[in-house]
Amino acid sequence: MKQRSYLALEGITVEFPTKAGRFCALDGIDLEVEKGQFVALIGHSGCGKSTLLNAVAGLVKPTRGAIFLDGEVVDAPGPDRAVVFQDHSLLPWLTVEENVRLAVDKTAGGKNKAERKDWVMHNLELVQMAHAAAKRPGELSGGMKQRVGIARAISMNPRVLLMDEPFGALDALTRAALQDVVMDLQARLNNTVLMITHDVDEAVLLADRVVMMTNGPAARIGEDRAVTLARPRNRLEAIDAPEYAEARSAVIHFLHERYRNPATLAA
Amino acid sequence: MASPSPSKNGGPSASAGGTPTELGVIVPYPEEAIARRSFEPVAAPVHPLVRIARSMAASALPTVVMIAGLLAFWQLLCGSPSAAFPSPLAVWEQSHDVIMHPFKGVDIGLTHFSIQDGGDVGIAGHVLTSLSRVLIGYSIAAVIGVALGILIGQSVFAFRALDPLFQVLRTVPPLAWLPISLAIFQQAQPSAIFLIFITAIWPVILNTAAGVQTIPAAYRNVAKVLALNPVEYFVRIMLPATVPHMFTGLRIGVGMSWLAIVAAEMVQGGTGVGFFIWDSYNSSLLTDTIVALIWIGMVGFALDRIVAFAGRIIGRAG
Repeated sequence: MKQRSYLALEGITVEFPTKAGRFCALDGIDLEVEKGQFVALIGHSGCGKSTLLNAVAGLVKPTRGAIFLDGEVVDAPGPDRAVVFQDHSLLPWLTVEENVRLAVDKTAGGKNKAERKDWVMHNLELVQMAHAAAKRPGELSGGMKQRVGIARAISMNPRVLLMDEPFGALDALTRAALQDVVMDLQARLNNTVLMITHDVDEAVLLADRVVMMTNGPAARIGEDRAVTLARPRNRLEAIDAPEYAEARSAVIHFLHERYRNPATLAA
Repeated sequence: MASPSPSKNGGPSASAGGTPTELGVIVPYPEEAIARRSFEPVAAPVHPLVRIARSMAASALPTVVMIAGLLAFWQLLCGSPSAAFPSPLAVWEQSHDVIMHPFKGVDIGLTHFSIQDGGDVGIAGHVLTSLSRVLIGYSIAAVIGVALGILIGQSVFAFRALDPLFQVLRTVPPLAWLPISLAIFQQAQPSAIFLIFITAIWPVILNTAAGVQTIPAAYRNVAKVLALNPVEYFVRIMLPATVPHMFTGLRIGVGMSWLAIVAAEMVQGGTGVGFFIWDSYNSSLLTDTIVALIWIGMVGFALDRIVAFAGRIIGRAG
């Protein structure tokens, strides 16, 4: 038996039934991710990135293929694969602390009340949101909500952290601040991360590998490029490194030359 | 206009009275113009209580003026002795006893109240009788309505099975249930309560179901990722997400209950504010009916506000 990677996607095909017949979103995706690796998935809208992430999360069942995490098959959602949703998905009737606490209560078996509270506050501190623990999501800005969304996910000590376009709805400066938070967390926790993004710079800055997907339907992995920038990373050092420019250029050539946006082709 | 001329465009020019320097022209500060400016005197600070009282008065004033105008208009219209409809002054004079002694025959303690059986009971006693019926019937409707709403909101099968039935039954006017209700219960009190129940339950069911069906997919995904069990999902996600819809239904339901109870009591007789209206009409005491209408309106308004307030409190508490 061959040795599988920490996270292994083998022949993932996802088809959706539609009125016009079966729609094939993903066609036989193979992806291997090592423990502690940060992988960015990039591709044009509608290429099935979210479907792939949801399949790993267990929210979408693949039509064919299997996903292995640490040697075990995953086929249902669970807190070992925490998700940072694009729309943050905080529960508006709970405070920031209660939102994180809900996740901690489901994952912190054996910890007593005081330890759980400390753990909640520790994770809020990691994203610099401890000051807003008593606030409700409605009182926070978009960037702050997403910080809490990240705190909720990492507080679950996930085996894989899944991020679904986490900063897609944020303005450029807030996005940069959140990227710094993620870089800082990655330096401290060394999570295994799968992140979807539309942003080339974000992918290159944050990821160890940029996985580029072809246009859907029946999307596949078109190219898989390692980003060898040293860790821990720093935004200003990174953008001046030759490797950054090379990786960025490779991704842009892929997205705008080899697999152009189907929407712009139509226009 | 074809050739651009910098001086016409208000560009820097020594003739404007400024001093040319290396960097440009320094225009002297217009001291005279500044001296001519006048400022509004700063208002003396007002005590917060005074400010609150002022803003309340400002918001209540139009209502007061409108009511006064309406009463004056009514008095003008019906003031002559030959008018078929009593004027406000006639209501005040002829129904003085009803207006001033609403709690006649009612014994209210801190923990209980009892209403004299039969005989001469004030309007508040009748209102309390009606309210107690509404309270019982509406409470049962709220509990069963929320439960059924969650059931058909959750289960597609239950929705397909029951929704058509509910859609048909909810259009039946409350009073049409009265003969059936009387046939089942034989007595006035339980049949009135049943009537309230059957009137109030439909909006509660349908709004709760709509609330459950429209729980955002985002919250359901959170529940899945956290692997919440069904009980946790119900308490932590479904109930709080549905509360606003639920209370919309409960508010419509309480209003409909109040409509139905008056009608039911008019038909059934005995006690209650509906009976009071019917009784005063039969005794040709139209002014008493007018007083009763005002009471009914105020109580209905209060019921609506109480349920809305409860919804806000519960929605906030989560």
